[in-house]
Amino acid sequence: MVNIIVLVKQVPDTNAKIVVSGDRVDLSAVKKVMSPYDEFAVEAALQHREANGGEVTALTLGGAGADKVLKDAKAIGVDHIVRIDSDGDHDSNSLQTAIASVLSELGAEVVYCGKSAADTGAGSTGPGLAERMGWASVSNVISVAFDGGITVVAPSEGGDARISVPIPAVISCDKGNMKVRKPNVKGIMQAKKAKVEVKTVAIQPSSVAIVAHTMPPAKPAGKSYEGGAAAAEVARLLRDEANVI
Amino acid sequence: MTETIVIAEIAKGTIHATTSELVTAAQALGGSPIIIVPCTDASVADAAASIQGASKVIAAKSDVFNHYDAAGWASAIDAIAPAGTILTSATPQSKDLAARIAARRNISVVQDVVAIDGNQLTSPVYSGKAMQTVALSGPAVISVRANVFDAAPSGGSCDVAVVDTTGNMATAVQEFMARASQRLDVAEANIIISGGRGMGSPDNFVHLEAIADTIGAAVGASRAAVDTWEAIPHSMQVGQTGKTVNPNLYIAVGISGAIQHLAGMRSSKYIVAINKDADAPIFQHADYGIVATWEDALPVLQSTLAGMMA
Repeated sequence: MVNIIVLVKQVPDTNAKIVVSGDRVDLSAVKKVMSPYDEFAVEAALQHREANGGEVTALTLGGAGADKVLKDAKAIGVDHIVRIDSDGDHDSNSLQTAIASVLSELGAEVVYCGKSAADTGAGSTGPGLAERMGWASVSNVISVAFDGGITVVAPSEGGDARISVPIPAVISCDKGNMKVRKPNVKGIMQAKKAKVEVKTVAIQPSSVAIVAHTMPPAKPAGKSYEGGAAAAEVARLLRDEANVI
Repeated sequence: MTETIVIAEIAKGTIHATTSELVTAAQALGGSPIIIVPCTDASVADAAASIQGASKVIAAKSDVFNHYDAAGWASAIDAIAPAGTILTSATPQSKDLAARIAARRNISVVQDVVAIDGNQLTSPVYSGKAMQTVALSGPAVISVRANVFDAAPSGGSCDVAVVDTTGNMATAVQEFMARASQRLDVAEANIIISGGRGMGSPDNFVHLEAIADTIGAAVGASRAAVDTWEAIPHSMQVGQTGKTVNPNLYIAVGISGAIQHLAGMRSSKYIVAINKDADAPIFQHADYGIVATWEDALPVLQSTLAGMMA
């Protein structure tokens, strides 16, 4: 019986257009979804439960609006849903300290998360939490197998490595070959009724503060050509103008 | 003032060229950095001594550095690195290490930095659809994207101190599985040629592979191609749910330029687009756009490049 936690994060739909208004991104009109890699983390957590028994708790941090991502996880099949109540931005140190305290309180033994969240793309939370808990971690995992412990496959220089991971551990998941299950009607009904457990944690002040969001610099118009024969000219420019060949 | 420390990027047992870019980034933060070279054989560190602008090189020697384990590497580096701000490369492995070292020291980590101005750091967010600038008010660990900062010139000669260190490995590698092809992975390559659904069939990727082999490039794919064809593995996918890349040259063939693909490659230094649809969004991001079918363009590209490399 393993106490499994899966971290989920609500992010703007990855197909959404991002708008900057003043000096901050304006996400008010953007649909929010579970960060795509977190779906693989949920799947890995459920497979772990099926292989070894135990319970899966989905954990997020955010305001009440973030309950939806927990309900989505519940509909897919997690047992419990917990939100650390917090609005506002936190640097990695403040965020991880808060989450680590809740992991200890919940008695977590294995934590799954996405390899990075689709908003920041940082990928710091998984390895950072593992360090704070004194646990093993493997990131960018593309396959998981359970045999008492956990065996994962992750990229290594020139190929992939099959790695034994002792428990407790944090596993950060990439897409790999994992097929995620979809919620069924029963799951969706259960999720509607499910109650989110809300935890209040004192979050320490951040030492990294957001100054501004800006749009990426516009790229000057490039050169355009018609017809495949132009590829010869482009190849020459790549060598003589861009110096990249 | 506290130290600035660069963790050398190691690839294939030698110091990767991006280490010189990290030295430039460190200088932008102020001061001349100490370069720490994680190694099993201290002679590897000698190459770092010639990077101009470094104050000292520490060859951090340990069996731990034989292969990557986040816990082992973080503890072995933390044990010998002085207090201060630490810079790493923004490769997947080094970002993982950066997060781990920062957590170990109870300081923050800022990933994927592409600009430094005093204590202000800028990174892409929302997969490059916006930029975020943050201000530091204390030491931090910073990962820096490749191909953004100029490489510090070579020709310097600073001292190399060999320091033995150790850490506890938390995981154990059972086996390494070499990639079937000798071709580079998109995450490691300086040139990438990618195909989309416009290639018509996965069998046609051989034309991309031929060009890749001519110029030493990796072969990538769009999500549409990966989702449509079983033969195109997710490991090739460039984009928001695949790999984020910023090579010197990105050649997109038969890729329309969906927002989620652009998110993964728009920061490439030079972008070439080949697409038969003149209205494809990819052309708005291309330095060189060719409106043509791949059947017309790729043979010309292949033979011209082969002539240049000969």
